[in-house]
Amino acid sequence: MAALDNSIEAQDLVRVFKKGPRAVDGIDLRVEPGEIYGFLGPNGAGKSTTVLMLTTLLPPTSGTARVGGFDVVKQGPQVRKAIGAALQEAALDPLLTGREHLRLQTAMHGIRGEERTRRSDELLERVGLTDAADRKVKGYSGGMKRRLDLALALVHGPRILFLDEPTTGLDVQSRTALWEEVGRLAKEDGVTVFLTTQYLEEADVLADRVGIIDHGRIVAEGTPELLKAQIGCSTVEALPANAEEKGAVAAVLERFGNATTGFSPGTVAVQLSSSDGNLADIVRALDHEGLRIAHLQVHEPTLDDVFLDKTGRHLEGAADVSLEPEPAPA
Amino acid sequence: MKALALQIASLARRSVIRTLRQPAAVFFPLVFPVLLLAVNSGGLRAATNLPGFPTDSFLAFALAVPFVQGGLFATGNAGIDLAKDIQTGFLNRLALTPMRGIALLAGELGGVMALGLIQAVFYLTIGLIFGVSLKSGLAGGLVLIALASLIVLGFAAFGAYAALRTGSTEAVNGLFPVFFIFLFISSMNLPRNLMTVAWFRYLATANPVSYLIEGVRSLVITGWDAEALALAFGVGLGIVVAGFSLAASALPERLGRT
Repeated sequence: MAALDNSIEAQDLVRVFKKGPRAVDGIDLRVEPGEIYGFLGPNGAGKSTTVLMLTTLLPPTSGTARVGGFDVVKQGPQVRKAIGAALQEAALDPLLTGREHLRLQTAMHGIRGEERTRRSDELLERVGLTDAADRKVKGYSGGMKRRLDLALALVHGPRILFLDEPTTGLDVQSRTALWEEVGRLAKEDGVTVFLTTQYLEEADVLADRVGIIDHGRIVAEGTPELLKAQIGCSTVEALPANAEEKGAVAAVLERFGNATTGFSPGTVAVQLSSSDGNLADIVRALDHEGLRIAHLQVHEPTLDDVFLDKTGRHLEGAADVSLEPEPAPA
Repeated sequence: MKALALQIASLARRSVIRTLRQPAAVFFPLVFPVLLLAVNSGGLRAATNLPGFPTDSFLAFALAVPFVQGGLFATGNAGIDLAKDIQTGFLNRLALTPMRGIALLAGELGGVMALGLIQAVFYLTIGLIFGVSLKSGLAGGLVLIALASLIVLGFAAFGAYAALRTGSTEAVNGLFPVFFIFLFISSMNLPRNLMTVAWFRYLATANPVSYLIEGVRSLVITGWDAEALALAFGVGLGIVVAGFSLAASALPERLGRT
């Protein structure tokens, strides 16, 4: 019995909603103890549904999953004891203060007396909310709510932490602060973190490994470096000064690589066929043909390129809401 | 057992805090029934001249009504708070803890009952200030508060059931007028034996709300009427059991956890 196993495993995990599509369509994954696993995908890809299943809030239609060594269907209470979760949209009571939230959450976990006070104070300090602890949550900023949400997920000292889009809607400063805390939890406390996100940068910076999900299926998995290396060379994107010359510009660029989808409207893009920096050659070739370029840009491979490579779409704007109708227990 | 008690106490505390921090949730259940009482006791005073009317004070006769109306407001308070928790995902947060389902219901309803107690004391105080004397005395006043709390608990349980079943604040709000119809087709404004329209008397007799009102009323204008009290407590208890059973049955599905 792997009672202190901090891993997350899923095999052929499926969730089909009534009158709906397969929101999660056969997911296999394994997250190692102490690892930060980034689950990256557009809105509606099946990220939140997967989290709800792994946190025991939604039974899978088929397949199996073990979290912390416990089966999510047959051993729900044991799973819940091992995990902490901050689900999508910080679900807080606007009429309660931060301290009152912690008081309630500790009580639900059976923590009482001095231990409750000590734990609450410690967590408020850790997430930087000591000064705001006795203010009603309705006056909190988005970042403060998210930090309180994280503190609430940690009151019982979980071994595994699920964070469902924890930084959506946050400003850069709040986002960075949350990343630092999550990184510290994994590295110093050995907490396994399963993090869903639609932000490429978040997955890239924070995650040890990334799973890219689309239409309920994992389309790529690995370390961010490995995934980007699989894509290979850089992409060059050019915006013709004269829109009528788009075809001619494309013809020149395609001498250097394969055509791909540009990031901006009106642009022409190719993925270079060699990693050698041949931007100068491209500029000379365009100049030789007498083509004027309004904007020329080189993109190093990103996780978005990985997503594009696997799905034919960029991550931004790839939302498919119809695939994940309502990830609430129905 | 200690853990369950802590969970119930903490959830009840939260329920009271959030209610007290919403002035409208406290103000209207206190003031609206008293305003209706003032209007009715002024406008229907002539009813006391009917032969066989049990008291010469319509205010004393009608004082029972706010206690039941307070229960109707409790339906809204309990149901809307719970539906909001479902809609915002707060219930999911609680579901991820070792919280027992029964603690959620008992805690929510405990908080609503605390407000119900405040309401009952307020209505009684208003009645006493305006000259109503309790025929059952001080002990009757305590029984009245106990009965009022039972009524609040019963209606609140139905509110909780509606919230758990639908997860919608709109659906819970929709219950309010339905329950109000029960109030209006009861013996709230006239004793059943003085109702001359047969179909209305029949409906009022079949309506459990009549027995709740008559139980409270008996303590105010009659004294100790064992039959009225037994019926009121029996009906109240029946509503509590029915509402609580329905809510408890809807809870596992709503919590959704494995």
